[in-house]
Amino acid sequence: MAKGLTGLMEGKSEILALGAEAVLLKISFLGMDAVLKVRLPKKYRDPELDSFIRGKRTVVEAKIIKELSDIGINSPALLYVDTKEAAIIMEYVKGEILRDIIAQERISEACSYLREVGESIALMHRTGIAHGDVTTTNVIVSGNKAYLIDFGLSKFTSRVEDLATDIHLFIRSLESTHYTHKDELLKCFLSGYKTVIKELFDEVLKVAKEIRLRGRYVEERKHEAIRNHNE
Amino acid sequence: MWNTWRKVNEGMIVLGIESTAHTFGVGVVQEGKNWLIADERSKYVPKEGGIHPKEASQHFMIHAPRVIAKAVKKLKGGINDVDAIAVALGPGLGPCLRVGATLARGLAAYFNKPLIPVNHAVAHVEIGRFITGLRKPLIVYLSGGNTLIAAYADGRYRVFGETLDIALGNFMDVFAREAGLGPPYVIDGKHVLDKCADEGEKFISELPYVVKGQDISLSGLLTAALRLLKSGEVRLEDLCYSVREIAYSSVIEVAERGLALTRLGEVMLVGGVGASEALRTKFSLMAQDRGVKFAAVPPKYAVDNGVMIALTGMLAFKHGMVVRPEEAYVKQRWRLDEVEVPWLKD
Repeated sequence: MAKGLTGLMEGKSEILALGAEAVLLKISFLGMDAVLKVRLPKKYRDPELDSFIRGKRTVVEAKIIKELSDIGINSPALLYVDTKEAAIIMEYVKGEILRDIIAQERISEACSYLREVGESIALMHRTGIAHGDVTTTNVIVSGNKAYLIDFGLSKFTSRVEDLATDIHLFIRSLESTHYTHKDELLKCFLSGYKTVIKELFDEVLKVAKEIRLRGRYVEERKHEAIRNHNE
Repeated sequence: MWNTWRKVNEGMIVLGIESTAHTFGVGVVQEGKNWLIADERSKYVPKEGGIHPKEASQHFMIHAPRVIAKAVKKLKGGINDVDAIAVALGPGLGPCLRVGATLARGLAAYFNKPLIPVNHAVAHVEIGRFITGLRKPLIVYLSGGNTLIAAYADGRYRVFGETLDIALGNFMDVFAREAGLGPPYVIDGKHVLDKCADEGEKFISELPYVVKGQDISLSGLLTAALRLLKSGEVRLEDLCYSVREIAYSSVIEVAERGLALTRLGEVMLVGGVGASEALRTKFSLMAQDRGVKFAAVPPKYAVDNGVMIALTGMLAFKHGMVVRPEEAYVKQRWRLDEVEVPWLKD
């Protein structure tokens, strides 16, 4: 636990999640429920690389969370940042993780939330932000609304490549986690995405497909190459 | 895992052939306690540059008959003792794969043995599970041609993350080559990049570290590192150290992401690059912090070999996965997640 932060917290805290790079604690902050996200040092990293990664991601994440509130995307509000301790305090969003909703086979419900997620991601893209880790684990459903969370890998960018990476990552997360419903769920997401991204849709999808084909040992790539050769 | 296999044929013997890249390997395994009968290998080492597929396949053609004969000699009754022939049909380099496939088809047809198609990536995973004893780990498969994070779910190994461009092993070889450290890239079981990095003292911070969701990208790091190398502004050892730190750390970060996502309690390192001591140390530090079990395949079996093909062939054979010799085509891009693994249950 970051020492400088303990003074800001009231009462006891509870571990919400041990993510890949950060620990999330539910705390009480200025009288309200809040989440403290601390990027813990990693022993396996060179100390300089470690503090660089933790510091940089904390700053970028904080800036992005703030920007998202400004443009009206459902996401937790930013409450406090401490770059030295690589810590962020944000609003606590109480609800269900979208992944669990899908795991419980509540597909039509999940579909409507995914459409909303598609719209939010598209709005971020139009604003010049890529999420960087679009998965069903990073969506919390609260009060019938889909909230985006975890902007640890987000960045300010308008490159189609980065936007398409979001789509690629989302497709892959469906393939690895929700393979039985992946086509259906992808349709829901893309229908929402399309309504907001509008004329950029075809281009982003095309690049997303290219990114996928760049992966190692993709059978489709061979067929693509043969097709291009024959044309 | 071994003792949970269905006893279809007590003492079943399978011969496996590996020829996907630089190693022509023949392994013979038997069901039961004395499982390893033969492990013969012949490795092609390029005089310069990387693997030249045609040269590698010519090396295989010259050495294959001797390697097979040596393995078969370990059996009392020779090839008659073998119940089935397993062969790695992919993924890998076409000319190399075809040597193993042709020989396996020939052996199977001539001696009238069932032929079992084996996916090379699955074989790395299965020998890993067999030796480490981990049951359902998050799999980190790192080699010259592969960099991926996978886990079993519903009949297959599903890929959670991979490299978006070049594989970790390939990255290390290319950097070493450009820096004049190799070939050979591995000396006494240690990669020349690791040797060079161990002498490094200073971390060079201007190199890019790229993790995208569950994926990594190494091409930007390679370009930036080579530019610094050519500029002559940095000590080579410091550059080796920094490059290694960034490359290894990004792989471990995506492995951690895989663990957080799947909530698995075990992580297993397989594939040739997994032989790196520095990498293993980093993995065990990560595993300790997360409170998960970590195991890596011993270097001898982390690299390409015929034993893993034979072992996986045995599992497949017990589940009726055979192929007619005339239909045993090589598949250069046969992905891990395209293969059914009926020997695992949810």
